[in-house]
Amino acid sequence: MTVLGIDDWGIWSAYLLCILGAIFSVVYGIINWNKGDEEVYPEDVRWVRDEKKAEEEV
Amino acid sequence: MDNVFILTIVVVVYLLMISYLGYYGYRKTKNALDYLVAGRSVHPFVMALSYGATFISTSAIVGFGGAAAMFGMGLLWLTFLNILMGIIIAFIIFGKRTRKIGHNLDAHTFPELMGRRFQSSFIQGFSGLVIFIFMPLYAAAVLIGAARFIETTFSSQINYNVAILIYTLIICAYVLAGGLKGVMYTDALQGAIMFVGMMILLVMTYTKLGGVVAAHQALGAMAAQVPEKLIAIGHMGWTKMPTLGSNLWWTLVSTIVMGVGIGVLAQPQLAVRFMTVKSNKEINRAVSIGGVFILSMTGIAFVVGALTNVYFFTHPEFGKISMAVAGGNIDKIIPMYINSALPVWFVYVFMLTLLSAAMSTSSSQFHTMGTAIGRDFVERALLRGKYPQYTVLVTRIGIIFGVIATVILGYKLPGSVIAVATAIFFGLCASAFLPSYIGALFWKGMTKAGVIASMLTGFLGTAFWLLFIHQKEAEAMGLCKLIFGKSTLTGFPWTVVDPIVVILPISLVVAFGVSFFTQKLPKEHIEKCFKHV
Repeated sequence: MTVLGIDDWGIWSAYLLCILGAIFSVVYGIINWNKGDEEVYPEDVRWVRDEKKAEEEV
Repeated sequence: MDNVFILTIVVVVYLLMISYLGYYGYRKTKNALDYLVAGRSVHPFVMALSYGATFISTSAIVGFGGAAAMFGMGLLWLTFLNILMGIIIAFIIFGKRTRKIGHNLDAHTFPELMGRRFQSSFIQGFSGLVIFIFMPLYAAAVLIGAARFIETTFSSQINYNVAILIYTLIICAYVLAGGLKGVMYTDALQGAIMFVGMMILLVMTYTKLGGVVAAHQALGAMAAQVPEKLIAIGHMGWTKMPTLGSNLWWTLVSTIVMGVGIGVLAQPQLAVRFMTVKSNKEINRAVSIGGVFILSMTGIAFVVGALTNVYFFTHPEFGKISMAVAGGNIDKIIPMYINSALPVWFVYVFMLTLLSAAMSTSSSQFHTMGTAIGRDFVERALLRGKYPQYTVLVTRIGIIFGVIATVILGYKLPGSVIAVATAIFFGLCASAFLPSYIGALFWKGMTKAGVIASMLTGFLGTAFWLLFIHQKEAEAMGLCKLIFGKSTLTGFPWTVVDPIVVILPISLVVAFGVSFFTQKLPKEHIEKCFKHV
């Protein structure tokens, strides 16, 4: 079987899987676009504050 | 093309643009706290492009693109793993827990995350030291990729040695302008430039070669042109996988595809990116952009890399396959193709593409090296947190040493080295850190002893394999010959099997095995680590 001008299934399957992987990523992102919202906890705020401090020092 | 004047203008304008954006981003992050509390967050486009630009560098485009010109389109398996491991698994499975556990432990570097998770200064210091010592290898791969392009583009005025210095100066200017802060906006702009540049490259290449199917068929028809020495080690053509179990097959599958494809999960400079987002929502959204971005980077680089053979072979001026045109140095193939096959205006566009790809990765590498030695090794492991006032100084010195080591490697390393150097670093990170990282995120029962044993096994095992078993490195280092009088300790196929295939599973077994029999971490510490997870 030849796909997109490539005879070896070991190659064309990789070619197609790359595209399918990207499509899966897009679909996953869209389906979960509004999911995963979280409350901001004190440890999250502390992390941002410390990160900023460390960046400014360097 | 020899116009260094235009290069200078292009680079200066580009740096100004990046600096402005860095400043804009800096002002924004000044209010990051309010920003976070106000419930807004970094746009997922910005997060995904920033991650992607840090991940993808000249190593992937120039180095692995050149490798595709030699190995053929089998490298697309690496693109598949880049998307599956580097985006889907890294974001959805690893990213969310890394962010939460990192915040719970107030960890800001990868070694700090591991050290605090397992309550061990040794773990933090050892990880930092491994990163500081070996990351210059990967940083050099990125540097060489950029320098090869500058060298090829301005061949009559700039040689390779000068090109390395030019790129080093550009990266220093960029870092001094604030690039080291890793401001997401600059990374995101660089990611956007990379995306546009690579898309144009793909369309132009397929158009030049008569379309998708015609181009692939033309490449398939060139199987007879494969050099004898490559046929002898398993090469069957550029649109075919190498012979199963052959020398070339093992190199492609174990070193290039698995080494880099799996190693991405334990890349210290990438893991910390997840901590910068506010919630899992941003990570979910970023998956969509990340997948498309990686496809458009390595997918295009590898397809175009393989297809350069059709261009060079059918071109009357060359009439040879890519490797022969590049004089055997595969790192030169992509730069030569861009300069020879594509219009001058695109060479400038591609220059920006590569500059963006290199700078976003280089700056994060130097930042990671600096914090690895300053914050992780010296402050925590060596001084046991007693003199934090010296951390900034040591970090800065660490960055300078990192840059110097990288430049020296850039001069000393041989040709065709970009993909190999990258693969060694990625493989080492996988074997040394991945089992413990998995345990840190997913198994409350993993112990400090288990992690130490696994890290030492992964590190020492990989070093042993590269010095005494894996032919290419063992021969180059010469230690095995010196001690045992022969270049490697074993015969084929082990001499071409990458350490990741053997050492990573051993490191995994050690991590989990030792953890079963050693003292567990205190319950209250585990609860703190996994709070709100």
